[in-house]
Amino acid sequence: MSIAHPFVYEKPATVGQALKLLSRHGPRARVLAGGTDLIGLMVDGAERPDVVVDIKGIKGLKDIRREKSATVLGSLATFTDVLESSLIRRKLPVMAEMAGWVASRGVRNRGTLVGNICSAVPCCDTGPILLAYRAQILVKGPRGARRVPIDKWFTGPRTTVLKPRELVIGIRIPDPGRHAGCFVKMRRYRGEDLAQASVTVLLMPGKEWRVAFGSVAPKPIQGKRIERLLKGRSLDAGLMDKVVDLTAKEIAPITDIRSTREYRAHMIRVMMRRALEGAVSRKAGKGPPYGSELI
Amino acid sequence: MNITVKLNGIAQTIAVEPSDLLIDVIRDRLGVKSPKYGCGKGDCGACTVLLDGDVVRSCLVLAVEADGREITTVEALSMEGPNDVQRELIRNNAFQCGFCAPGVTLAAEELLRRNADPTEEEIREAVAGNLCRCTGYQQIVEAVRTAARSRRKKAGRKRRPRSGRKGVKS
Repeated sequence: MSIAHPFVYEKPATVGQALKLLSRHGPRARVLAGGTDLIGLMVDGAERPDVVVDIKGIKGLKDIRREKSATVLGSLATFTDVLESSLIRRKLPVMAEMAGWVASRGVRNRGTLVGNICSAVPCCDTGPILLAYRAQILVKGPRGARRVPIDKWFTGPRTTVLKPRELVIGIRIPDPGRHAGCFVKMRRYRGEDLAQASVTVLLMPGKEWRVAFGSVAPKPIQGKRIERLLKGRSLDAGLMDKVVDLTAKEIAPITDIRSTREYRAHMIRVMMRRALEGAVSRKAGKGPPYGSELI
Repeated sequence: MNITVKLNGIAQTIAVEPSDLLIDVIRDRLGVKSPKYGCGKGDCGACTVLLDGDVVRSCLVLAVEADGREITTVEALSMEGPNDVQRELIRNNAFQCGFCAPGVTLAAEELLRRNADPTEEEIREAVAGNLCRCTGYQQIVEAVRTAARSRRKKAGRKRRPRSGRKGVKS
């Protein structure tokens, strides 16, 4: 198998050049970063761009850096970059935990977080974690720059608010303060499988809780009802049961090749419990180290 | 368009189409046959090569993306006979059909280059993306563990063993 249709390959050296190319070719162009999603789709014939704009020649886009009480991940930062960044491990440990559970080393070395949110498959792992961290997506286009809050980013399976002619420059994550949390991902086997379901829980300063789910709705979703219920409260057995029951109201799972709807709905309750317990014990400086398999 | 790659230490310039996949160019144009075409979706790891030292799926890389970069396949590890990782994989009978072997070997080699003293968990994670459907992973893990030990011993004779991960970027 190979790519059956011809296309023009462009490798701009600056964001300006990339935008010019995207502007000229509009929806006929696709941006190439790690390629772990796009190239597979092109082999399948599901994506048939006339122009492929490889942004790996743009300097600085791979950086993970500090910027005024926020961390900014460039759009070429790979899952391995995030996993091995001491800055991420220190400031956003649950993000590193998520990165470690994505696919396999060979994919993590190449795949980027920004590519993951642009592909926007409902089972993506970056969506829920960025929802929990209240990230903003940094976009540039012909009309200048804009910041999209992550909860406005996904519009459905494989769709986002990104327009043709626009380019994602990076992801900005405001400092969350001293927090702890868990990323719990269920899959059939280790190595490559996509999430059957995932739960992200963050316990923030001031007993603020953040909850997000992956692979149980047409897009990554925030557990808003659960967040409201938990706000300002400490977890006890009664509250835990209420939260677990509330998961059914937050999610809308379907049956697909990886799992049935019923299995997802059941397991999300188990995962919710583990994520809450894990977040509390990690906040207290105990609990399993980040990166441990939690289910 | 012309690209220049350093394949197993030898610089080669070759004309490719933008739609050519790296695996096809390595196998069919440059004649190095160890990377295998398996699933073609990045799931199985049979097409694994090292690109500038990092394991990647060569079925998900365009040949043009490799322009100016260094590609390593298992052939480079065994220029003077099997290297330590390969010897241990053989000694432990880690493979039957061998289809996954080049990928597993490179995944193990990359792990040991960045982490001289991996835990069993880290070894399992490093080869988890290389699907073996014959023998199972126990012998592979054992082989990598033994190779790591002997490599540390060897390095220890020259200098103190390096520990931990590859340089952390941040």
